[in-house]
Amino acid sequence: MFDAFIIRAAVGGIGVALVAGPLGCFVVWRRMAYFGDTLAHAGLTGVALGLVLGTHPTIGIVFTGVAIALLLLALQWQQRVPTDTLLGILSHSALAIGLIAISFMETVRVDLMGYLFGDILAVTVVDIAWIYGGATVLLAVLVFIWKPLIAMTVDEDLAVAEGVNGIRTQLIFTVLIALTVALAMKVVGVLLVTALLIIPAAAARRFAFSPEGMAIGAAILGGVAVLSGLFASLQWDTPSGPSVVAAAAFLFALSLMAGATLKDSGR
Amino acid sequence: MPDTHAQDEAHPASTTETLISVENAALSKGGRRILENVSITVGRGEIVTLIGPNGAGKSMLIRVALGLEPLNSGHVRRTPGLKVGYQPQKVTLDETLPLSVQRFLTLTQPQPVEELKKGLADVQMPHLLDASIHTLSGGEFQRVMLARAMLRRPDLLVLDEPEQNVDTAGAVEIYQLIARLREETGCGILLVSHDLNVVMAATDRVYCLHGHICCSGTPDEISGHAEFLRLFGPSAAKTLAVYPHHHDHDHAPDGSVTHTHAH
Repeated sequence: MFDAFIIRAAVGGIGVALVAGPLGCFVVWRRMAYFGDTLAHAGLTGVALGLVLGTHPTIGIVFTGVAIALLLLALQWQQRVPTDTLLGILSHSALAIGLIAISFMETVRVDLMGYLFGDILAVTVVDIAWIYGGATVLLAVLVFIWKPLIAMTVDEDLAVAEGVNGIRTQLIFTVLIALTVALAMKVVGVLLVTALLIIPAAAARRFAFSPEGMAIGAAILGGVAVLSGLFASLQWDTPSGPSVVAAAAFLFALSLMAGATLKDSGR
Repeated sequence: MPDTHAQDEAHPASTTETLISVENAALSKGGRRILENVSITVGRGEIVTLIGPNGAGKSMLIRVALGLEPLNSGHVRRTPGLKVGYQPQKVTLDETLPLSVQRFLTLTQPQPVEELKKGLADVQMPHLLDASIHTLSGGEFQRVMLARAMLRRPDLLVLDEPEQNVDTAGAVEIYQLIARLREETGCGILLVSHDLNVVMAATDRVYCLHGHICCSGTPDEISGHAEFLRLFGPSAAKTLAVYPHHHDHDHAPDGSVTHTHAH
């Protein structure tokens, strides 16, 4: 009934959603949506870097993502320029520089649209292996830092005063986000990667009564968004990455209505 | 009225183990001097109260003592492995993070539910264990934060205005609770008082801060203080103490010191 490439797309997309959901919860809780955007835009510079160095673009994406994340972390500790301004500067200059660098590469054919909007239908078996391997490692590390990270998310001062290693936790978390963005770029592309992080998480909020509940809910809703987005894309011949994001947005709208009903019934 | 300045030496601080000490701390932010040559110590079993006007640097000094704020100069010494229970002046919780009171209480230290119930009962909030933290009123949250800090069985309890959002009767109750914890566990307590002139009677040492330490000493014995009794009543008088004090200098609006008369 379904072609193999659709099944590969669904399997790969769900793998990304499983890790993007829980990490996206922290992006929502810590108000880091713009941070995700910045990392994603920097990914384009990473693609160019990868091509210049003759390595796989993903290696370039991971490298620039981690570098930008650490740079931001360091810049946040100075307080002269507001963080959102800094993010805006880094985000858009990274996008601009990436676009320029790629335009210079006449000898290499770069599928620019693929990087901007993702190419979930082109997911290969090797990609799937990478996605699930990466997702397993990322989730394992997230579980490892879960308790201190939740404490830091509730209140950083409180956590550090009570003995949480704040710098280490923040460093690990920042690298996790950078790697998740690199992983998710393949599916929805540079421009929509943040959506895959925050929309399922926001949709799960209405039904969650604990941080863990919200993280699991976000992973499930992300998977549902991937499946329904792919289905819609087949049905109406729409671009698949944007369809996945639109499906997630639709789920979010539904959650608002269901949440209102929950509230009315006294929960 | 005895002069409280001279009582600094009367307290046998040297016999207790020092839990935390800030020595000659100086801190500026954005070109503004916040702390200058500030030294304080808190020993095991001691209750130390910080008072001072708004903007005096009380919360900043507490943050310095806890290692949350780097100093420009000076030292902070903490006993290695010191277990801290901290109630910040303000915690801003993000509504998007679903969190029950039970979960909030156990963020950095797991506790059996029985203990949590006892801790909440101590602050008169036993019904809140399963409530969402986002539904609490300011006063309720204040008490839950206090319960949380005390439930950790800390070596050092640090409370930044524990009585804010709480009425006078509630403040008396909170002070009694704090004093009891000290009796039971022998922990040291560093607290910032809301009021310039009223501190816990059980306080061993008061520091009056205004960028620098203006003066320090033990609070005056207050049971006979007529004005205080009139204001707060005899039951409060057992728990609160008036700390009437005058300085040998005044502060210009920018915080700089002008000497008025010598002592």
